[in-house]
Amino acid sequence: MSVDRNITAIEAPARRRLPLPLAGMIGAIIVVFWVVMAIIGPYIAPHDVGALVDDDLFGHMRWEFPFGTDYLGRDVLSRILVGARYSIGVAAAATFLAILVGGTFGMLAAVSRAAIDIALSCFFDALISIPSKMSALVLIAALGSSTSVLIVTVAVILTPGAFRIWREHGIKVSALDFVKVSRVRGERTAYLIREEILPNLTGPVLTDLGLRFIFAVLLLSSVSFLGVGVQPPNADWGSLVRENINGLATGAPVVVMPSIAIATLTIGVNLLIDNLSGCSSSTGEH
Amino acid sequence: MNIQLIGLLVSRIAIAILSLLFVSAAIFVGTEMLPGDVAQAVLGQNATPDAVEGLRRALHLDQPPYVRYLLWLGRLLTGDPDHSLVNNLPISELIASRLPNSLVLASVTSVVCVPVSLILGITSAIWRDSPYDHVVSFVTMLLVSVPEFVIATLAVIGFSVNLRWFPAIYYSAGINSLDQVFRLLALPVFTLSCILIAQMMRMTRAAVIDTLRSSYIETAVLKGARPMRIVLNHALPNAVGPIASAVALSLSHLLGGAIIVEIIFNYPGLGRLLVDAVATRDMPLIQACVMIFSAAYAVLVMLADIAGVLSNPRGFVINERRS
Repeated sequence: MSVDRNITAIEAPARRRLPLPLAGMIGAIIVVFWVVMAIIGPYIAPHDVGALVDDDLFGHMRWEFPFGTDYLGRDVLSRILVGARYSIGVAAAATFLAILVGGTFGMLAAVSRAAIDIALSCFFDALISIPSKMSALVLIAALGSSTSVLIVTVAVILTPGAFRIWREHGIKVSALDFVKVSRVRGERTAYLIREEILPNLTGPVLTDLGLRFIFAVLLLSSVSFLGVGVQPPNADWGSLVRENINGLATGAPVVVMPSIAIATLTIGVNLLIDNLSGCSSSTGEH
Repeated sequence: MNIQLIGLLVSRIAIAILSLLFVSAAIFVGTEMLPGDVAQAVLGQNATPDAVEGLRRALHLDQPPYVRYLLWLGRLLTGDPDHSLVNNLPISELIASRLPNSLVLASVTSVVCVPVSLILGITSAIWRDSPYDHVVSFVTMLLVSVPEFVIATLAVIGFSVNLRWFPAIYYSAGINSLDQVFRLLALPVFTLSCILIAQMMRMTRAAVIDTLRSSYIETAVLKGARPMRIVLNHALPNAVGPIASAVALSLSHLLGGAIIVEIIFNYPGLGRLLVDAVATRDMPLIQACVMIFSAAYAVLVMLADIAGVLSNPRGFVINERRS
């Protein structure tokens, strides 16, 4: 493999180099687009999200309503633009929370004594053995559905996976010579993690961040689709599909458009992280 | 050697049982967090204090939590979980009426998925970096990136709204021919298969590529063996373990996907029972359903681990600490 790559690198004509392969650039553009939409979406929405602007229910696409209208005659484009904030915001917050908690414990397990490592590993392995959608349903059933509960729920479900990945990478790096030297020097755990291990984890960590974010988006939209996620009158993309599911029989655009929004976002992130240099490809596991 | 192996298998099964116990405790604690008094909630606003007190005693709510947990676990293990809070039917009956449907859906999907994804995974590993491999990898990447309900809605729009091949909703009344059963199951199985094949194929491909990188394959290549022979005689026998492990692990994703698919197609399986229970906050039913799903999940993950261990008797240590 590596030999092949060297040869092609030499033979390839000297072109202007993109920072990423083409697929990665496309992914990056999609991701940036949606992040911008999540921030400015509500300000550029052509209609008010709650306003009933069309007499026609499940209206088809036309100039005034580019994505059609929903089951109450509201503008779908505006609802998708505003929903971006929920879909992306909640997923991103949950991802950061999960990586913060799971990553911290993973690092701790990687540099700690075997007893602590085994205890932490067993705990998180047991948590991972509840199917993700089940734990989401149970937690939301118990705590009720609000934005903060959704963030915490998704974060709790993502944490064991983050712990596993971070522990694995942490152990790999901490077995390297310069970490051993620093350990022999008598440095403290916090110093080891901060100065020696973290700086060598950027690539894998970015990939993990992306994968976990995709998983969060999928989980959140599925939970909303089941009707226990973001509650009306607010709507993320999953709830948009759910509340308009009756339009499915007529093939109304309102069912397809939020689905496309979800798909472009997750595919964009996938393309981006698959093409980051030095990162392993995704497998779709959590 | 064999004793060591048996000891390892026993310990893996013990780990599965322990983690299921942990899961049961987690579910119990999770559902106990529900604010408010269950007895009050069941009886409503107009209940007399005596009635509430009576129900509290009947539900063992006056006992400390660990006693209630043990009582609950005992009933669960003897196959007699409590009654549903909503319609007062025995939970075992509710589950017995749904379980066969879920098993039919799961087994038909597995029968479709396993051969297809093995063929796709092995062929794309053999012709790695060919256009065929790129196309298959790209399509499966698209499929793992979208939620199940998106695939399901697109499938309904394509196959039942536009083409009118299959019904958009499952119904169980008036089925009298095999052809009808096929048409009813077509879309649910198709949706589940899309996700499952994508995942299984990616993991199979990775497992075979991993095997193809080993030194004995290199030796076989240098020896001048034909590519077909290398794959069939040298690589595949050694990839069986990782592939079996990949299959078991992917099948565990069937459980979560089934919930969404059952909701969309109105399929009377366990997943819909669970979602309905969540909607009505029927805690005993939620606990029982989640335990069934978690047990199935734990068994599949355990089988995946065991397949992995059996295929590589040298790496005898589960959870080894690389240092």
